[in-house]
Amino acid sequence: MDKILRIDMGADGGPKINVTDLGGYAGFGGRAMTTAIVSREVPPLCHPLGAENKLVIAPGMLSGTIAAMSGRLSIGCKSPLTGGIKESNSGGQAAQVLGRLGYAAIVLEGKPKSEDLYKVFINKEGVKIVVDNGLKMLPNYDLVDKMKAEFGDKISCISIGPAGEMKMNVASIACTDIELRPTRHAGRGGVGAVMGSKGVKVIVLDDTGVSMRPPKDVEKFRDANKRFVDGLMKHPVTGQALPAYGTNVLTNILSEAGGYPTYNFKQGRFTGASKISGETLAELETKRGGMPTHGCHRGCVIRCSGVFNDKDGHYLTKQPEYETVWAHGGNCGIDDMDAIAQLDFMDDNFGVDTIEMGATIGVAMDAGIAKFGDAQAAINLVKEVGKGSDLGRILGGGAAVTGKIFGVERVPVVKGQAMPAYDPRAVKGVGVTYATSPMGADHTAGYAVATNILKVGGYVDPLTAEGQIELSRNLQIATAAVDSTGMCIFIAFAILDQADTFQALLDLISAFYGINLTGDGVVELGKKVLSMERDFNARAGFTAQQDRLPRYFTNEFLPPHNVNFDVKDEDLDKVFNW
Amino acid sequence: MNITINLFATLRKDRFDSARQEYPSGTNVRHVLSILLIPESEAAIIFVNGRHAEPDSELRDGDALSIFPPIGGG
Repeated sequence: MDKILRIDMGADGGPKINVTDLGGYAGFGGRAMTTAIVSREVPPLCHPLGAENKLVIAPGMLSGTIAAMSGRLSIGCKSPLTGGIKESNSGGQAAQVLGRLGYAAIVLEGKPKSEDLYKVFINKEGVKIVVDNGLKMLPNYDLVDKMKAEFGDKISCISIGPAGEMKMNVASIACTDIELRPTRHAGRGGVGAVMGSKGVKVIVLDDTGVSMRPPKDVEKFRDANKRFVDGLMKHPVTGQALPAYGTNVLTNILSEAGGYPTYNFKQGRFTGASKISGETLAELETKRGGMPTHGCHRGCVIRCSGVFNDKDGHYLTKQPEYETVWAHGGNCGIDDMDAIAQLDFMDDNFGVDTIEMGATIGVAMDAGIAKFGDAQAAINLVKEVGKGSDLGRILGGGAAVTGKIFGVERVPVVKGQAMPAYDPRAVKGVGVTYATSPMGADHTAGYAVATNILKVGGYVDPLTAEGQIELSRNLQIATAAVDSTGMCIFIAFAILDQADTFQALLDLISAFYGINLTGDGVVELGKKVLSMERDFNARAGFTAQQDRLPRYFTNEFLPPHNVNFDVKDEDLDKVFNW
Repeated sequence: MNITINLFATLRKDRFDSARQEYPSGTNVRHVLSILLIPESEAAIIFVNGRHAEPDSELRDGDALSIFPPIGGG
């Protein structure tokens, strides 16, 4: 990973490929890389869909090595959804393959002068970019089938569906999984719209003939990887619960805790929770010949995903994640697992963020566009998005846009981005993260749910304001660092609880790069990334007023615990005081 | 007194999903765990009426006790 591929889509005479060395970006990976390039090179006041914005695709520091769990890809830009800096993170095969091909980043720059749609092919011989207008408006699954027919089945794809081509705020970027299905998405922030604005439909990667990235100290690296894997297997969450039930195991516990937002954030508990829970989902998958346990990339040992078959036993989609089941399920009053799985497939196929899409439908239901609980109506609305009808274009603008157009007061967004599956009034630590993360409302940016609800990494009472600032701060710092390594964030469950597993991670990075990384070094990296992101947002016009939840979370009390969000504004302003 | 007990994930195996059971007044969570043969180490997360509780927490008539093994997601 010693080079950066830049493609100037706006060059005279068509896209111009330029491969450079790392220069000032040496040592960066993943989120640190995307954030460094965007914060240094993109004018913060630019239009997100204009020539000055850049789309940066970066594997993590350890991606492409034999290190377990190192297959996360970071995609960064100025976000069309939030207007601030964005790093959206995806699993799938792409990060490993890109790392092995030697690219620390792909940067799509400029703006094409024509309406042509491009396809990029990268292998060990180099990079080709060609016009392929036959791909226009293809959904992701059909697109990947076409790429397989053209390039064979030893490829990985990074692609956009129709939503990205239509430059919708909800548009995601899909990455294929081990079976070459476009099921893993950099979902958040409208990154797919930015790829669409660059006129690139798909990046096809082929790592035939290249080998794993070699560590500086092979023996130490192998030893650290073994201890790391042992630690993950030993921890009950990463070793047992996540493989058995997947992320959707959270449905029951969040509903039980009264922090499961239902009917567009009106109640904290859902009567239909057990019908769409992880327990029910795993049972259904097994019964229909699907799989309750499945990894999204080679080298994953947690394997939190699965395969969901329809009633006839045919593949429908990957195991819908907790956030998806919530967004399209409980948040819309829907408790029909088959309908939720259908929506998951449609989202992946059209290329939209399941969280933003579900939250948007929740807002639309509040506006009376459809009735809460009407699964068929929800499916029809997502079809409108895929078609790009007038209504579909409005919904494709996301929850904030939809709320404004239909005159809805209760719109659960921060910095224009929809909140995920935890009500900030009953899980106050994640409320602090929603409010203050430079990304907009994002649970992964500082997953205080672990400590508030799951009692991982200690315990801080979710229902009181005390201790939440410090909790969110520490998690946001740690997450910014982990997102830079290429490691899946789920390793956090083990490294928060087990000091020897955290040490194994430090040893992995140290042995690979021939450095001596300490816990303090990780903290410094996380702070550096967050500081760059905060600085970009400040230059884009963000102030403390954007680090707030919508007012109704203070004014309206959430049943069953009848709690509001009572973390003080002046305390929110201290999250990044270090 | 009447207690509604909800079990989740692996704790359901060879037990039940949800049941109403009679206990003498003054019963605490630890006692229920011992009756259900759930080791305390497996009862990682305990809720009484949707609020976090401990093995020492005393139960009252009509309480809903929910017990989870260590789980995570996101």
